[in-house]
Amino acid sequence: MTERFLSAYNNFVLPFLFGMGFVLIYCLIAMIRIWLQLSADDKKKVLLSLVNPKILLKDIRDLFCDCLFHVKLWKRNKLLGYMHSSIAFGWFMLIVVGHIECFCYFPGRLKTFYYPIFFRFFVAESQSTMQGSFFFFLMDFFLLMVLSGIVLAIIKRIRSRLFGMRRTTNLSLTDLIGLYSLWAIFPLRLFAEGFTADIAGGSFLTKSLNIVFHSFLGNHLNMLPTWWAYSIALGVFMFILPFTRYMHIPSEIMLIPLRNAGIQISNPRKGLAKVMVYTCPSCGVCIDACPMGITKRNNRDATVYLNRQLKRKNEGRIEEISDKCLLCGKCGAVCQVQIPGDKLRIAQRSLRKYDVSPDYSTIDAASLTPRAEGKVLYFAGCMTALTPAISKAMESILRKAGVDYEFMDKDGGLCCGRPLWMAGRLEEAKQLIAKNEELINGSGATTLLVSCPICYRVFKERYKLGDIRVVHHTVYIDELIAAGKLKVESADELSYVFHDPCELGRGCGIYDQPREVISRMGKLVEADKSHDESICCGGSMGSLTLGFEKRQAMTENALRNLTSENPDAIVTACPLCRSTFARYADRPVEDIAEIVDKKTL
Amino acid sequence: MDFGFGIAPSSSINLDKVDLSLYRKVKEVEPDIERCMACGSCSATCPAAKFSGMSVRKVILGLQRGQQKEVRKMLSNCMLCGKCNMVCPRGINTRHLILSVCRYFDMKEEQK
Repeated sequence: MTERFLSAYNNFVLPFLFGMGFVLIYCLIAMIRIWLQLSADDKKKVLLSLVNPKILLKDIRDLFCDCLFHVKLWKRNKLLGYMHSSIAFGWFMLIVVGHIECFCYFPGRLKTFYYPIFFRFFVAESQSTMQGSFFFFLMDFFLLMVLSGIVLAIIKRIRSRLFGMRRTTNLSLTDLIGLYSLWAIFPLRLFAEGFTADIAGGSFLTKSLNIVFHSFLGNHLNMLPTWWAYSIALGVFMFILPFTRYMHIPSEIMLIPLRNAGIQISNPRKGLAKVMVYTCPSCGVCIDACPMGITKRNNRDATVYLNRQLKRKNEGRIEEISDKCLLCGKCGAVCQVQIPGDKLRIAQRSLRKYDVSPDYSTIDAASLTPRAEGKVLYFAGCMTALTPAISKAMESILRKAGVDYEFMDKDGGLCCGRPLWMAGRLEEAKQLIAKNEELINGSGATTLLVSCPICYRVFKERYKLGDIRVVHHTVYIDELIAAGKLKVESADELSYVFHDPCELGRGCGIYDQPREVISRMGKLVEADKSHDESICCGGSMGSLTLGFEKRQAMTENALRNLTSENPDAIVTACPLCRSTFARYADRPVEDIAEIVDKKTL
Repeated sequence: MDFGFGIAPSSSINLDKVDLSLYRKVKEVEPDIERCMACGSCSATCPAAKFSGMSVRKVILGLQRGQQKEVRKMLSNCMLCGKCNMVCPRGINTRHLILSVCRYFDMKEEQK
């Protein structure tokens, strides 16, 4: 390889250099601002995580798996996965191999940003070597990889269903400019390298192109405009990048160490939340996932649009979107970059100022404290109080199993605090949690048995209960049966489908125990979408503004999903899901405790 | 167009000095408040009732009568659990109603 120009410079590199400089400075300033917004505790956590080899390894693994290979997308849809990883990984390798090539031949030129990028323009092939043709092949191979991804991306714009997506995001104008400039970069690169293939060498792609279209590509007068076009496409893309969804590329690199350090969202506009909002690639997977999407008008309330409005600081829409959400958490479960849409919304709700704030200090804890020394304390919760069939069944099961228990809120008790938490009234929720902690810790119980997943989640996540074990009734029943304390009388021929309540499944990760229990009672069938993709019943306490009528379509949609295998009965483990489904279902809807009570001795 | 006759403006005099601004404001964001038929299902299920006498039925009534102080007292122990929401036969979004009252409640107005 020899250099074609002594100066090793041509004006066409300027658009690229400006774009590159702009994006680097922008990202650096953004990074510093985010860092300053983190609380002292969070900063400490992040710094400690960077010296912890275990977390550091996870960071590196996530960087490769998420940013380059898009492993989560591959699992979702092969074509979608290939499309994204071919562009990301292919482009990354083009840059890396380009730099290695430059390093091998002209290491002195590495310090100019542009030289490795426009390597083929500045060099001439003096003799063909194995090493040279190896690099040529690699460069052409990865270019082909990216080009195939671009072709798929164009097809996806026209027919997204081929990629397993029913609906995609409506792109904003800047997003479209970014998209088109990104699409333009690689064909232009192919073209530009096709011109220089007879000078700087090339492989199966560029060389062949040069030979086939020799009358055009062989004419070196056409060469410079094409390199200019390539450089301008790169420059435009980089200039517009911070204002488009492509900001997710640098953002995700920052998000991964922050997330792995275990810090939590505190303000929806600052620190971690801000990185998350900018990491949203607007892919639109959450639009199909959102249970509200069954009503077409609600499509614009998916997390992808919340993120967009947060970037635009459109307060009216931000409030509307965050108040409407059911907080089922499904968008977070399907999200490619794991943005917890529910937590973002709760943080947004917590910003609101109220003139009246509840005060629970007057509630006399002593009179409410149950006596349960060494016993199991059963907390039914508010929702179970409205579905007494569940608490009756639960009591009957406990008696049959010979468990010494105490019913904590038989005559009504305090709320667990989760509904307040979901409404964003965090301080009030903490007060209520403290009150309940006083009651439960004062009871002397060994186990806290809960039959409501809403309560269960907050007990698990927020309560400090010392040695008291918190257990959901699905898990407890499973244990009782496994230990032989409950005898199954007769498994019948009926088939059951299990509905994963949002708070139990996605919220607490309990999927297997209820299924284990049901399969002992009869035939277990699965819904069309289940486990972490189960569809919210529509009755959730999470939504503040959705009225009764507006939820009907969601409930009916969830029921259609559950009855795809035509089961004889629907089983759930949440009193709220149970009463919501019972309203519209065409077959019996029962809590897991009721089924078990009927079928055990 | 003048037909030579018109409808006389209402000559009724409202002697009620009640301040209904809060009620109107809440009605604006939660129009369903008008659907309440005062059945009392919400009062029957409310877990906060025994602490602060909370009852959504009474809150709505209090708003209509301009009894801000009583409303505030009742709301002081509401745990937003949503039972009233579930039992309401008129499908009123009571949680949003309560939150809206808390939000638009003007403390300075009450002290006057």
